[in-house]
Formats: sequence, structure tokens, C-alpha cells
Amino acid sequence: MALISRGFKGRRQEDAPRDRAPPGQYVTIDFPVLSAGPTPLISLDKWSLSLTSETGQTTSWTWDEFSALPTEVITVDIHCVTKWSKLDTSWEGVSLDTLLDGVQTAAGFLLVESFDGYTTNLPLADATNGKVWVAHIYDGKPLRPEHGGPARLLVPHLYLWKSAKWVRGLRLSNVDQSGFWEGYGYHNYGDPWKEQRYAGD
Amino acid sequence: MERTAVRGRLNWIVAEVVELIDETETVKSIVFDCPEWRGHLPGQHVDIRLTAEDGYQAQRSYSIANPPTGEKVVVTVELVDDGEVSPYLIGELAVGDQIELRGPIGGYFVWTSEHGGPLLLVAGGSGVVPLMAMIRAWAESDRQVPVRLLTSARSWETLIYRDELRRLDSSLDNLEVAHTLTRAQPADWQGYSRRVDQQMLAETSWPATERPLGFVCGPTGFVETVAASLVALGHAAARIKTERFGPSGG
Repeated sequence: MALISRGFKGRRQEDAPRDRAPPGQYVTIDFPVLSAGPTPLISLDKWSLSLTSETGQTTSWTWDEFSALPTEVITVDIHCVTKWSKLDTSWEGVSLDTLLDGVQTAAGFLLVESFDGYTTNLPLADATNGKVWVAHIYDGKPLRPEHGGPARLLVPHLYLWKSAKWVRGLRLSNVDQSGFWEGYGYHNYGDPWKEQRYAGD
Repeated sequence: MERTAVRGRLNWIVAEVVELIDETETVKSIVFDCPEWRGHLPGQHVDIRLTAEDGYQAQRSYSIANPPTGEKVVVTVELVDDGEVSPYLIGELAVGDQIELRGPIGGYFVWTSEHGGPLLLVAGGSGVVPLMAMIRAWAESDRQVPVRLLTSARSWETLIYRDELRRLDSSLDNLEVAHTLTRAQPADWQGYSRRVDQQMLAETSWPATERPLGFVCGPTGFVETVAASLVALGHAAARIKTERFGPSGG
């Protein structure tokens, strides 16, 4: 039973559909930036994305090769563990199904690596069947560096720290390795609808 | 100390307001007595949850302002005009009220004397709060690690902790404090009076050859500018830890 805060009424967001903000979240119209360090500036001629299977087989794409892949336009709600949610965000990116096409794997987990050393982990089953993208367009324009450009992961069904900015590597693994925030006490899975913010939630 | 050894579930626990401190016209520090608090590191956060009579809840994260001191948790809250939680914390909450919180949260943007230095702290606006927890912890330590702090505020009146910072700066060796006031300055102002830029950071921070450990906290644009300038000055990106807060929140 929660403690009642004397005199607190709250500022309910009647204009925001109730079923779209997960528990403990509020809807925002701006796009806050949260990163653990300086924003890396990656020139497109130095950019590459690699996919490594659990047996060590690596596929990689230069920016030109990545740009030639078929893309999808995605409109989704995103939810940050710092309590804000943003509705109807518009992205364009390459589905992980496309990147994984033809890769032989029996791995259960995906470890995502970024240019700044950031990592995050998720079950591979969460990354397939049209649930995860490597996105390089936001709101019709190239993704800005502070939001993860040239390209970031987009995992809209989990808290936004799983949507690693400045993505450069996708590593398939038989074991679940904790990523950056997962190692600092954030939830290993991070389902916003179950309010899995911190370990043990 | 990098990672807390035992991690159980972070339960909501009850804390009682024991003191309210006016820091500026729109910023208050709230001192909680929290018997179940299990300690924290300077730089960590706490989540605060408010519940209305009909069960409606709102929660927000706040940086902890005090060094680890037993059962005491201090947050410094800035009023967000159209916010939901901060107007209540600043305008309604009274000494003796109880509130629910859980934490500590975060473990990357933290400093203890074991992390070493020299320490480079750069704060924009209320971004000074987690850095103040570090300075206060440092002041209670053997103070072997040299510290440089640069803060940016709109005016002297809006500079959080101004009197405490002045006192610490004048009384403790190994601490150098510089301020920039971007909109209005007192008549006899000796400090900077412009937005933080690379030149100002070159003058007030440690040279890159000293390999300082940097903590930068403030609004997004401020942190982007400072972090990019520090990298341009030769600092290793991996030695610069950042924390940003956007225009939303509250």
C-alpha cells in the first residue's frame, strides 16, 4: 500500500491516451538526450557495422553497403527508464531480420556494442520477427549524433537504454552477458510495461 | 567500490522530511531522515514517488546532494514551471511530511577518493547537485586529490550552493572554484560572464597531460559543448563522464 502524499493531486495527462504510457512514465513532446560520455563523432567513411555469430563468423557492412539494404519506416512509442515516454516517434532503419538473413545461429542472446564502448544485452528472440532495427533516420532526417547517429539500435518494446546509440557491433552468444547499465544495477530485460527498471523489479 | 556487491530489489521506503533549505528562489534542498537507507556513493540518484488520494502516482529521479552519511538523504530540487513533481516538492512539502523513495540508482557517474584524480567538475545550472555530493565527500576525505570546479549559472542569485562553495574555496587547499554568470553579474564581478567555451575550459580545467577524471552535468546543450570541448583539448573520452537532463522533466 503506497503512502498518500498529503495534498498531492498530480497533473494528469488527460490528453495522452492512458493505455500508451507504461506505469510510472509521463508523456513528453521533446526528445531528451542521455549518454554516459561525450558524443562520438563518427564519419561515414570510418563507419562500419559488424555481426558476429557465436562461432566467430563475422559479416560487416560499410556505410554504403548498409545504405543499400532494404529499410522499413517505423512509428513507435519509446520509453526511457528516467520516466519519460515519447509517442509516435518516426524512424527509418534496417530490420535485424534483414541483417540476420542467412546467418546460421543457435545463439540465445545478443550483445550490442557501440563506438563509445557502450554495450547492452537482450535475448535474440527479442531482436527478431520485426521487433528491432538499426535506425539511421529520425523524423525524416539523418539521425543526429547526440541521438546516436549515424545509426543506433531501436528496441521500442524495451526501455530505451537497450536502443544503443552509435551502434557498431552485434554479437550473438550462447551466454547472456550483462551490458553497461545492466552491470550497474539496471534490469537485465527492461520491460516498461512490467516496470522492470532496476534489478529485482 | 565500482559495483555494489549485493544487489537486492530496490524497494520503496519511507523517508521523513526533517529540514527544508532555500538555495535560490526556485531551488530547495530537502533533507530526509530515512532509517532504511543503505547508503550511496556521491553522484548517485534517488527515485521519489508521490501518490494522490485516489491512487494516482508520479515519480521522478533526483541527484543526491549529500555525501554518504548514515540515514540522511538530501536532494536539491529545481522548480520546473510546468512540472508535476517539483512544484509539489518545492511548494507543498513540509517538515514532518513523509514521502516514498528508492535508491541509490546509478553507479557510473560516481566518485569516491579511491577513483583518484585530479578531479575536473563542470556544472551547468542544477547540474551542480551531484558534483556537490562529490565535493562534500572530498571535503570530508584526506583531500589528497586536487579538485577544479567550473560552474555556469545565469546570475549570482541563481547559483546553487554559492555560499558553501565560496567558503570551501577559501578555506580548503587543493580546491579551485571558478564561476561564469551568463546573464547578469554583480557590479564587482571578477569571474567569467559568458557561456562556457573551449577557451574557458582551457583556462579553468586541468591540462589533458594531467589525465584528470572529468564529470560534466547540466542541460543537454551545455554538456554537449563541454564534453566536445574537453575532447578537442585532448582529454580522453573514456575519462569524461557525463550526465544530461533535457528540457522536460519536472
